[in-house]
Amino acid sequence: MDSRRIRVSAGSIDQIHAQFILIGGSEMMSKFEVICRHTLATSVLHWVNALCVFLVLMSGLQIFNAHPRLYWGKYGANTDRAVLGITQRDSSDGQALGVVRIGNHELPTTGFLGVSRDGAGNPVERAFPSWLTIPSYQDLATGRRWHFFFAWLLVFNSALYFAISFFMRHVQRDLLPTQEQLAPTHILREFWNHLKLRFPKGDAARRYNSLQKLAYLAILFVLAPMILATGLTMSPGFDAGFPWLVTLFGGRQSARTLHFICAMAVVLFIVVHLAMVVLAGPVNEIRSMITGRYILPSSRMK
Amino acid sequence: MTGRVLTRRQMLLRGSTGLGGLLLGGCDRLSESPSFRRILESAESLSYHSQRLLVGRHALAREFKQSDLSPVFRSNGTSAPDTPEYNQLLVDEFRQWRLKINGLVMRPLDLSLNDLRLMPARTQITRHDCVEGWSAIGQWTGVPLSALLKMAGMRSATRYIVFYCADTLETGADHYYESIDLVDAFHPQTILAYDLNGKPLPVANGAPLRLRVERQLGYKHAKYVMRIEAVQHLGHIGGGKGGFWEDRGYEWYAGV
Repeated sequence: MDSRRIRVSAGSIDQIHAQFILIGGSEMMSKFEVICRHTLATSVLHWVNALCVFLVLMSGLQIFNAHPRLYWGKYGANTDRAVLGITQRDSSDGQALGVVRIGNHELPTTGFLGVSRDGAGNPVERAFPSWLTIPSYQDLATGRRWHFFFAWLLVFNSALYFAISFFMRHVQRDLLPTQEQLAPTHILREFWNHLKLRFPKGDAARRYNSLQKLAYLAILFVLAPMILATGLTMSPGFDAGFPWLVTLFGGRQSARTLHFICAMAVVLFIVVHLAMVVLAGPVNEIRSMITGRYILPSSRMK
Repeated sequence: MTGRVLTRRQMLLRGSTGLGGLLLGGCDRLSESPSFRRILESAESLSYHSQRLLVGRHALAREFKQSDLSPVFRSNGTSAPDTPEYNQLLVDEFRQWRLKINGLVMRPLDLSLNDLRLMPARTQITRHDCVEGWSAIGQWTGVPLSALLKMAGMRSATRYIVFYCADTLETGADHYYESIDLVDAFHPQTILAYDLNGKPLPVANGAPLRLRVERQLGYKHAKYVMRIEAVQHLGHIGGGKGGFWEDRGYEWYAGV
């Protein structure tokens, strides 16, 4: 016991002791450190947020499937020029091919976008495949019910997150990059370390790195507000009260396109976020997001 | 046997696909559960009340310039009612057509298209937003609904205005119908339009008369209107949810 150094910023020693025996396992002889990363509030809000984001994304794709074309400007319907469309084209042998059209370019996407297989394995013509939409079958009315319910929950959850995080100085203390972290050479070095999958050690392992901080800040202060604002701009009722929003985004159809682009940026964030969790040690990372406690092995303590 | 040993990656992949399938199947089952649907549907009243609170009763939908008009104004839903009764009206350009206004009113009305054309009219260039996601801009001319309701003398018990249409969207289903509350019924841009882009309303867009409720989605804008009724409740009409699409799961408040 004496050989182990434990530093905690919260929680009772008994709790830490119990965890120490449980987790130590085969590494009983090595040293490690328990870092209290998250408060209970942050972890509850994170998981409610994760649930909501998945459900609004997938019900959003259901809504997109009802009219899988995006436009720029004040109006846009079938006979107008689309900036992006997921559609079908007949191949020489009469089979339907799935294609994505961006401007004048056409990408073949059969099997995923435009034409995919349903639960029974039959090819169906639909923009996003059934395994990405809620419900899995085409049902705009139900997709909208899921989307708006969980969008409201997401708004309340996010409001609580912002209030608590500012009040408890989580944003100011943990998320704002330090002067030194913002230096271009530092950011470049971190970028390089990320590419080589080299994880931080010592003090740097005890806080968020600058790329991480910038990614979280971009989600919180750019993407989330953009998604909310462009979503509201699609509402004809809301537009009557806040017409400047429509002007700001260059029209309702532009707002719809931006809403989709921002949602795809969130998908990109989730992919990188989950990849980093897997690469950095999924058990330790997921436990730290549930219990708040992160185990820093001796190899990365200094 | 060695060939059947799963690598950790395969295990994770299979596990997550299985889990994903389970979750999706779960969402489908939840979508069909009446009690879960009621929970999801509770968001509608949140949207309705927050918009009524944040957006003034008389706040106007944006009006556009001639140069903003969509080159083609897309139609949706029924493109031609094609019933013997409707086709009869269509042959003589709706001379026999009558708009009936009844229900909770002091003076039930029976008006011809010409009667409506002689009343003070409003022209507005507005954006039509379909629930599917597309928008089209068109110029509408028609009679403000408020003028007709004042003419008929609406009784104080009235809470909703219901529109009965000439078209059926599904074989065997009742005629299309819609309903709005009194805030929207007396909104200055709520009109019964007989012209689109300066010409008599085409059949595809609802000839001879259609509703415009500019702060809501397209399915509220009932086409081929035959009768208007002032009512206190919606429960006894159609499927009881206040409209054809509402009876099929869509929101009654379509401002979102």
